[in-house]
Amino acid sequence: MDIPYTVDTRPDTGLYNAKAGIWLFLASEVMLFGALFSAYILLRVGAPEGLWPLGWLNVPLGTINTLVLITSSITTVMAWAALKVNQFDRFKLFHGITLLCALIFVGIKSFEYYDKFTHYEVTLKDGRIADGHLKEATDTHVTISGRFVEEREELYDLHKHKAHGHETITIAREDIEKLSNYGPRHNTYMAIYFTLTGLHALHVIGGAIVIGYLWGPGSRLWRKDPERFTNRIEISGLFWHFVDLVWIFLFPILYLL
Amino acid sequence: MQATTHAIPHTGVHEAHHSDAGFWRTYIFSTDHKVIGIQYGLTSLTFLLIGFCLMLVMRWQIAHPGEPVPVIGGLLEAVLGDVAAKGVMSNELYNSFGAMHGTIMIFLGVVPLAFAAFGNYVVPLMIGAPDMAFPRINMASYHVFVLGGLVMLVSFFIPGGAAQAGWTSYSPLATSIATDGQTFWLIGMVLLITSSLLGAVNFIATIIQLRAPGMTWMRLPFFVWAQFVTAFLLLLAFPPLEAAGIMQLMDKVAGTSFFLPTGLAIGGDLANVSGGGSPLLWQHLFWFLGHPEVYVLILPAMGIVAEVISNNTRKPIWGYKSLVYSALAIGFLSFIVWAHHMYLTGMGTKVATFFQTTTMIISIPSVIILTCMFISLWGGSIRFNTPMLFVLAFLPMFGIGGLTGLPLGFSYSDIHLHDTYYVIAHFHYIVAPGTIFALFAGIYYWFPKMTGRKMNEFWGRVHFWLSFIFMNLVFQPMFAQGMSGMLRRMADGGAMYSATANARAGAGVIGGLTDYIMSLHTYILWAAVGLALAQIPFIVNLFWSLRNGPKVKSDNPWRSTTLEWQTPTPPPHGNFAEPPRVYRGPYEYSVPGHPTDYTPQNVPEK
Ligand code: HEM
Ligand SMILES: [Cu+2]
Repeated sequence: MDIPYTVDTRPDTGLYNAKAGIWLFLASEVMLFGALFSAYILLRVGAPEGLWPLGWLNVPLGTINTLVLITSSITTVMAWAALKVNQFDRFKLFHGITLLCALIFVGIKSFEYYDKFTHYEVTLKDGRIADGHLKEATDTHVTISGRFVEEREELYDLHKHKAHGHETITIAREDIEKLSNYGPRHNTYMAIYFTLTGLHALHVIGGAIVIGYLWGPGSRLWRKDPERFTNRIEISGLFWHFVDLVWIFLFPILYLL
Repeated sequence: MQATTHAIPHTGVHEAHHSDAGFWRTYIFSTDHKVIGIQYGLTSLTFLLIGFCLMLVMRWQIAHPGEPVPVIGGLLEAVLGDVAAKGVMSNELYNSFGAMHGTIMIFLGVVPLAFAAFGNYVVPLMIGAPDMAFPRINMASYHVFVLGGLVMLVSFFIPGGAAQAGWTSYSPLATSIATDGQTFWLIGMVLLITSSLLGAVNFIATIIQLRAPGMTWMRLPFFVWAQFVTAFLLLLAFPPLEAAGIMQLMDKVAGTSFFLPTGLAIGGDLANVSGGGSPLLWQHLFWFLGHPEVYVLILPAMGIVAEVISNNTRKPIWGYKSLVYSALAIGFLSFIVWAHHMYLTGMGTKVATFFQTTTMIISIPSVIILTCMFISLWGGSIRFNTPMLFVLAFLPMFGIGGLTGLPLGFSYSDIHLHDTYYVIAHFHYIVAPGTIFALFAGIYYWFPKMTGRKMNEFWGRVHFWLSFIFMNLVFQPMFAQGMSGMLRRMADGGAMYSATANARAGAGVIGGLTDYIMSLHTYILWAAVGLALAQIPFIVNLFWSLRNGPKVKSDNPWRSTTLEWQTPTPPPHGNFAEPPRVYRGPYEYSVPGHPTDYTPQNVPEK
């Protein structure tokens, strides 16, 4: 039994099956991320005056990651175009670059995550707040490299209250009221940041696995059924563009605005 | 001689064909849409039974709060432990059963049966396709569904028990109840959503791509249209719930505060959370799925009803085009009515007015569909077989459910009715004697195609009449209870607010639920038991007829026009003996001047 239109396009719809499938799947992805984006808007609008974080993320790193993803989107198209004109080696090259970009993106993202998990806000029993990166934690004291602030608000709007200089601060355990790193539970901004970028990163990793497979063992299909293989590259490319597009929205709302 | 393409039944060919693939490939890891449809069907029927049993135990508790559950009380205690000490249902257990009843019935029972089971079996046949567009994804969808169901079931047996916050799982309640049941619920839901996503993509792609030559959009049977719109609802409405589920999961396991407001106190103590979250956000995301979901429950049922009616009145369905456009309108509008479930959350009167207006507008296409079905009966020579009986009952029952929805849709009358048994009665009229009756009709109707035998007609009628009577006895009194103010989700069935209890409380406390309203609980309990017994003939009939039902004498025993009957019986892998071509619309019954009173879609013009 053969299912029609697995490879060639159906004349009246202009699609082969997998292409119809991926567009539908992407429509549902739009709704998934759309819901998270609207959650972001609701949480931000509902936050009390002055308590929505600004400037908490590293803009240069975010920019690099944006460029990396855009590059990878271009190379996927080049890879697909190479197959269309029968140049398998060029395909290998371009798709290799795509894969590399995906790995660089995940690498940079992990570094950013690591940075947040080692960044602590320490509320002291006397009401002062210290903020900085953890250097050392023992049973008796905690050492961070950072600064003291007068008001909690200063930690929120870093566009206005830029941190000047770092000092090494050692605090005895018994003076600490609350110790909290910048993980998801820190506040709703960190929560939505980790959820959105985490879900996006999962998409990147998933996409990288598929691309890696099609670049490596999966590319054997080229010799048997080139048309089908080219279709697969097109499908995975569509998915990859979508992943890229989501990041184009994530970058400004989380890093810039 | 035109009639059917295959006059000789092909029973027997089927077994011979499948046995070469081996048991596992044939029945468990099959990629054949028909096998997957039957897998979905049997699994979801089992879940329906489980969900129903949960409810029976709850009805006992409502009618006899604090008394040991008869017959199975000991078993409950043995399996579930302290929450059922001495065979008495604790409040926690009541809440678990309630939440899981709703979840199981909707997400594991009705939707998989209506959409996945019937859709899988029938849609490819009806459009003349050899299978679904992505058979392996189809198989994966079923396996993920089973996994999700297992996660839900396992949660009953973990310490603390299953989720307790209702099928709507409102935060902060859902997050703060001290049981991991909610975590299981969320993981289960993510799996179920994934499964339905795979299914929805597959259905839509199949209907767009695999229609047989000549099967234009306006020649599709209405059932296919209904499934098509349903698939779009699942595709687009479920992901926001998935997002919400992920966020609630983060609240539960990663300590975030998406839905937890600042200053939240749990059990009198300030909760150790950052706060800043929005409980309303959950409700918005939930109901953004929740309302389209109710149309997921009803559209496939309407599709079945259309097929059975035209077949048994021997007439074209009245107003085919209005049906199609109404279904599309419903699909579109159902995305902008969700907040009518939230009138009492204080979201503001302007917002309420908007959603009240859209709600009234969406009832128009629903009324159009129902009216077309009623008019289709006019002047037909109706064959009263079991599927038709269920369908004839569907019409008024769905009518009651829909009409009682209108007072809920107006924000001012909903103030009185919200969260009462009236709401329960309203949507159960739609889903139980409505949708589920249509699903029964579908089972009786397509059983001969699936097995080559008919189900026993006498016991089918017994099943129908008893179900019909008891269904109404169960749900009709709830309207009265709700209108007199009885709230839903109360583990003692409202005894705390009864007039008797108030009188006991002493001077100053007056009013309350009257003895009469409270006494209805007892009737409902016995009607529910009756309803349970009424299902026995069905269950026995279903399995008994597999071997002993009367054999069908042709491939098209109901003398139907649609393509699923123009195949060998049961259809082999690949479905059609030769690729079909379609020449006409789906309901050419009783066309004047034709030798037979039906002309199948694949019969060429003369
Ligand atoms: C004419 C059409 C309908 C109208 C105007 C309508 C209106 C409403 C409203 C306003 C509510 C919320 C009541 C409250 O909580 O106070 C409600 C509840 C509900 N309706 Fe409908 N409805 C209609 C049709 C349907 C259909 C077709 C179904 C599907 C099977 C359905 C299933 C439900 C369910 C499941 C609930 C309860 C949700 C809960 O747990 O709170 N309704 N309806
Ligand atoms: Cu609704």
